[in-house]
Amino acid sequence: MSDAPERYPHDVLVIGAGGAGLRAAIEAADKGASVGLVCKSLLGKAHTVMAEGGMAAALGHVDDRDSWQVHFRDTMVGGKLLNNSRMAELHAKEAPDRVRELELWGAVFDRTRDGRILQRPFGGHTYPRLAHVGDRTGLEMIRTLQDRAVASGIKVYMECTITHLLSRPDRVKGAFGYWRTTGRPVVFPAKSIVLATGGIGRAYQVTSNSWEYSGDGQALAYLAGAELMDMEFVQFHPTGMVWPPGVRGLLVTEAVRGEGGILRNKDGERFMWKYLPEDRRNEYAATDDEASRWVEAQSAGRTTDARRPPELSTRDNVARAIYTEVREGRGSPHGGVFLDISYLPPDHVRRKLPSMYEQFKELADVDITTGPMEVGPTTHYMMGGIRVDAETGATTRPGLYAVGEVSAGMHGANRLGGNSLSDLLVFGQRTGQAAAASATEQAEVPYVDPQAIQTAARELGAPFEAGSAASEDPYRLHEALQATMGTLVGIFRTEDDLDQAIRELTDLRARWDQIRIGGGRAYNPGWGLVYEVRNMLIVSEAVARSAKARRESRGAHSRIDFPDPDPAWAKKNTVARLAGDKMKIATTPLPVLPDELRQLISTE
Amino acid sequence: MAEAHLSVFRGTPDAPGTFVEFDVPVEEGMVVLDALHWIQANEAPDLAVRWNCKAAKCGSCSAEVNGRPSLTCKTRLSDFEDGETITVEPMRAFPLIRDLVTDVSWNYEVNKRIPPFQPPADKPQESWRWQQEDIERVQEFRKCIECFLCQDVCHVLRNHETERPFMGPRFLVRSAGLEMHPIDTADRTAHLKDEGGIGYCNITKCCTEVCPEHIKITDNAIIPLKERVADKYYDPIQMAWRKLTGKGSADGGQADSGAPVFPGRPERTAPADTETAGKTAPAPPAGDASTNGDPD
Repeated sequence: MSDAPERYPHDVLVIGAGGAGLRAAIEAADKGASVGLVCKSLLGKAHTVMAEGGMAAALGHVDDRDSWQVHFRDTMVGGKLLNNSRMAELHAKEAPDRVRELELWGAVFDRTRDGRILQRPFGGHTYPRLAHVGDRTGLEMIRTLQDRAVASGIKVYMECTITHLLSRPDRVKGAFGYWRTTGRPVVFPAKSIVLATGGIGRAYQVTSNSWEYSGDGQALAYLAGAELMDMEFVQFHPTGMVWPPGVRGLLVTEAVRGEGGILRNKDGERFMWKYLPEDRRNEYAATDDEASRWVEAQSAGRTTDARRPPELSTRDNVARAIYTEVREGRGSPHGGVFLDISYLPPDHVRRKLPSMYEQFKELADVDITTGPMEVGPTTHYMMGGIRVDAETGATTRPGLYAVGEVSAGMHGANRLGGNSLSDLLVFGQRTGQAAAASATEQAEVPYVDPQAIQTAARELGAPFEAGSAASEDPYRLHEALQATMGTLVGIFRTEDDLDQAIRELTDLRARWDQIRIGGGRAYNPGWGLVYEVRNMLIVSEAVARSAKARRESRGAHSRIDFPDPDPAWAKKNTVARLAGDKMKIATTPLPVLPDELRQLISTE
Repeated sequence: MAEAHLSVFRGTPDAPGTFVEFDVPVEEGMVVLDALHWIQANEAPDLAVRWNCKAAKCGSCSAEVNGRPSLTCKTRLSDFEDGETITVEPMRAFPLIRDLVTDVSWNYEVNKRIPPFQPPADKPQESWRWQQEDIERVQEFRKCIECFLCQDVCHVLRNHETERPFMGPRFLVRSAGLEMHPIDTADRTAHLKDEGGIGYCNITKCCTEVCPEHIKITDNAIIPLKERVADKYYDPIQMAWRKLTGKGSADGGQADSGAPVFPGRPERTAPADTETAGKTAPAPPAGDASTNGDPD
C-alpha cells in the first residue's frame, strides 16, 4: 500500500451528512464555497432518516394562536431554562422559514383540510406544531436535502471515516481519515470544517440510535482543543420497544402519544396523572374526559379548549415516570409499561402511524390497532456537545464549527420532541453560511503538515501492528463500555455510581491501548470499531464527570442523592476540556437572558 | 430453536468466494442482522456487513437470504424451519466489495442525472394548496428507503440484459415521485425514454414483490410513466406533427449521452436460481408494444 494518501482540498469540509450537515453544505455551496461532504455511510442513510414525528415550527396552520414567542417559551421551559436563550430565540423565529424552504425544494408534507402543511401535537408544545409526513418525517427531510445537495454540485465522499483533525495552534487545517471500502488513508485540507456527526447513543446498549452515533465529532473537537458543554444531559426517550430482545431500544415515536396514545401500568392505571409537575399541571387536562375530548378534536382536525393529555408531558418526566413504575413493580411482563392507541379506529391509526404499525407487526407480532404496545426508556439524544456560538455555530477553535446534535446549547437540560429536525435546519443554514464566510477570508487552502499526516496514519494502523502482548478486542471493550454507562450513568445517578463509572472508564482507556486487530483493511468493521470506541470513551468520561459535577437534578439529569433543582446550578453550564492529557471539568455562567425574552417565559 | 445455522458468503473481488458456516445462539425476536452481529462479535470480527439503523428505515443492510433479496434487519430467524440452513450472500446484481457488502455507487450516478424538482416560477409558495388525497400517490413513492433490492431483483439489471442505459425500478419510482408532484413543472419523459431506458422494463413486477416499503412500483409508478412516454413519443398524431414541424422530437437514443450503463457483476458465476427467460428480449405485453424494446 502506498504511503501517500489521496488529498481533496475544499473551502468548507462538512463531516456528517444528516440533516445538519446537508443543510450546512447546501448553504456553503450557495455562498460560492467549494464544499466537500464526508459521511461514514452511504448518502441518505444518516440517523436523521430515523426521525419520525416531525419538525417543530410555529407556522400556526392548525392553531393560529401559535407564534415564535410561544415556541420559544415552550423550548426554554422544556429545557429547564438551561438553554442558550439566543439559540432558542433564533430557532423559534427561523424554523417556519426553514420548513417552507424544504417544501420549496420538493418535500411533500401531510396537509390540513385547507391544503396547507399539517401540524401535529407533541410533548411540551402548547399548540400542534410539528410539520410531518406520517411517521417518516426524517426520511422526507433527508431525501429532500440530499436531492438539493446533489443538484448543487456538492462533492460527496461516502463511506469515509474521519479519525483525526489536523490542526495548528492558530486554526484547524484539515481532516484525516480512511475509506471504509478499501482502508486507504485520505486527507481533506480545508479552510473551514463543520462537524455534523450527531450523537453518542452507541455508548449505551439500549438505544434508539444507529451504529454511527459513537460521539465522533465531540471527541474530534475535544482532542483538537474545543470545549464540550452540558455533557451530563443525555435524553432517555420514554418509549422504546422492550420486547422481543432483538429489538430492545428501537424507537416508538412520540407521535403515538401525540395522536392520543395512553400509558398504563400492569394494573391498568393511567399513571401519568401522578407525575405531572405541580407548577405545570394547569397546562394538562384535569380528567380522562377532558383528555379524550382533546384527542377527538385532534383526530378531527378541530381546535379545542380541552387541554392536552398527561402523556404529552416532557420526555424527561415521562421517562422517569415509566422507570419508576417498573422499578416499583407495576411494569408490564417484559419490563416496560403499556402504550395503547387501539381504542382509535384502525384505519386512522394505520394512516397516522404507518411505520409503527409495520414495526410492531413485523418485529413483535403485535397489532397496535387491536392491542397495546410494551414500551420503556431508551437512550435517544444528546443535549450536550460541542460549545458553539449561537449565531454562527463557531466552536472555541478557529475554523472549526459544529451543528446539530453534536453541538450544545439549543435544548438545555431536556429537548422537546420535534425541536431536533428544526434545529438541524435553522443552525445548518447559519453554520454553513458562517463557515463559507470564514473560508473566504483565508487566502488559500491550508498547508497540512506531512508529519501530522504520518502520525495519524501510524496511529490508525497501530491495531494491526500490535505485538502479541496486545490482546484486547474492540467488541469486548464496546460491550464493557455499554455496561458501565447503562448501569452507572443511566436515568438515575448517584455520586458513588459516577465515581465507579469514572474508574471503569479509566481502566477501559488503558485497555484500549492494547487492542489488536486481524484481517485486512478493506471494509473491516472490527478495525472501524477501534476508533469509535476511543471516541465513545472520551464522550462517556465527559458524561460521567459532568454528571458528577452537577449536584442537583434538572431535566434529563436526575441525581438520587440530590433530587431537587438547585438555584445556583440554574445559572451555569458544565464545560469539559482537554488540559494536558487529562479531562478538566469547569463551569461557565449561562448567557444573560434579555428582559424581553424573560418576559415571554414568565407570562401565563 | 436454540441455535440458528447460517451459511455466510465471504470473499473479495480478487478471489473466488466461499460460504462459511456459523452456529448462532438465538434469542426471541432475533433477525438475520442480529445473527451477523453475533458472528462479528464472536467468530469473525472482520465480517463485512453494511448496516445502519436496524429498524428498516435506512435501507443499508440489503442482502440475499436463501436467495431472496431482503433487508436482513427485517428478516426474522423464527421465519425459518428448525435446523434449516440460512444462507446469506451479497446482492448479486452489484459488484462485490467484500463479504456481504457490494458497490452500489452506480445508483448514485444514475440519480444525479434525473432532472431535479422544478417548482413553477409564476406561482408563489404562499398560494400552494394541496389536498391530502391528491398527494398520497407521491407520498407512496417518497417512502422509498433506497435499499436497492428492486434494482437487485430486476432481471434487466441483474442479468445485464442491455448494454444501453436503464435506470431500474428505484429511479423510475423517484422519477414518478417528481413527475406526479403536485406543482413540479419539469418534463422528464425524454429522460425516461432515453437515459432512463423505461422501455426495457417488461413489467414482471419482481421489484414490487421485494419492496420492503410495499410500494406498488410497477402498477403505480412504472406503468403510468410508460403511458406518459407512449403518449408523448408514440402517439401517431404527435409523431406526424413532429415530422411536419421538426419540433418536439427529443431525439431518443443518444448513444453517447454519457449516461452510466449498469456495470453488472461479471466476476461471479451466473446465479443458478434466477427464474428468467434468458437473455432474449422478453415479449412485450399486449397494448404496450410501443414502449418496449430498444428506445431507438
